[in-house]
Amino acid sequence: MAHAIPTPAATGSVAPSDLAIPVRELAPWLVLGALFALSVLVLISSVQGAITIPEGTAIHEWVHDGRHLLGFPCH
Amino acid sequence: MGARTFLVHGLVAGLLAGIAAFVVAYTVGEPQIDKAIALEEAASAPASDGHDHTHADSDESAGHSHGDEAAVSRTAQSTVGLATGTLAVGVVLGGFTGLLAALGLGRLGSLRPAASTALLAAIGAVSFSIVPFLKYPATPPAVGSGETIDSRTAVYFGFVAVSVAGAVAAIALARWGARRWSGVPGVLAGLGAYALVVVVAAVAFPKIDELGDFPAGILWDFRVSSLLTLLAMWAVIGAVLVALVDRTWRRHSDVRARRELAASL
Ligand SMILES: [Zn+2]
Repeated sequence: MAHAIPTPAATGSVAPSDLAIPVRELAPWLVLGALFALSVLVLISSVQGAITIPEGTAIHEWVHDGRHLLGFPCH
Repeated sequence: MGARTFLVHGLVAGLLAGIAAFVVAYTVGEPQIDKAIALEEAASAPASDGHDHTHADSDESAGHSHGDEAAVSRTAQSTVGLATGTLAVGVVLGGFTGLLAALGLGRLGSLRPAASTALLAAIGAVSFSIVPFLKYPATPPAVGSGETIDSRTAVYFGFVAVSVAGAVAAIALARWGARRWSGVPGVLAGLGAYALVVVVAAVAFPKIDELGDFPAGILWDFRVSSLLTLLAMWAVIGAVLVALVDRTWRRHSDVRARRELAASL
């Protein structure tokens, strides 16, 4: 593998490591993405009726079959 | 090739994966759910007084109501409700896998973008869905008591968290090992570490068995259909994401090659 050379006129092909996106740039996306993904998973998989909010099981009932078939605990 | 591109690719892949998972779940899974609910209702029929039993007052295995008196009809649950679930889960898993592919770009040895993306999607499928399924397989309606749902949910997600954390640690170990020795021993060290974490966790985590005398045939069919749903979801996330990332990568390297050619003239 050719090592990263700052000049643009290097070899014709690009070494994979040249493509790495800096962690500083990715971190906020990953944090937000993880939080959003977790909120949706919690909402789908449980919360209403299972963990909190005794009344109001609308979401819980609505996505009921998806929860069973996607392997989340139910019943 | 920036984070935004990867997120968009992931969301598109996740949307298609949600559709694929719905199709599989509806065709193979719903017949099993219908059979399980029929059994459940037959079992609780003598006790039923026609009122809606909710979580608060149910004293039996049923966590919630399913009949015509339920808040959401069975038809809605098995069609639009099911689609809502598979699409929502598909989109968030696809989107997050896209971001992971962005993080993995150029960081997994000398793998090209398509290969590092495929590897991360496979690790996501194994650590988030398949290994947890082996320890805590999906259960049809009529299995499981309403009183233990909180602890079962906590234990399930606890196991998923350990499995995913183990996969992250395994990737870090594999990268470290690959730098220190070379690729193959590094990857083997990572695989070994993940297997160790998961086996220890599987032994340490409590066993859940609330099956009672639920018919084994329906249980098996239901679990196969659930596994097929999960596999369909991850297969489409992986395939579409890899195709999109590879297309972007080809364009990116074309542009770059042209620029280099122009600079050299
Ligand atoms: Zn259920």
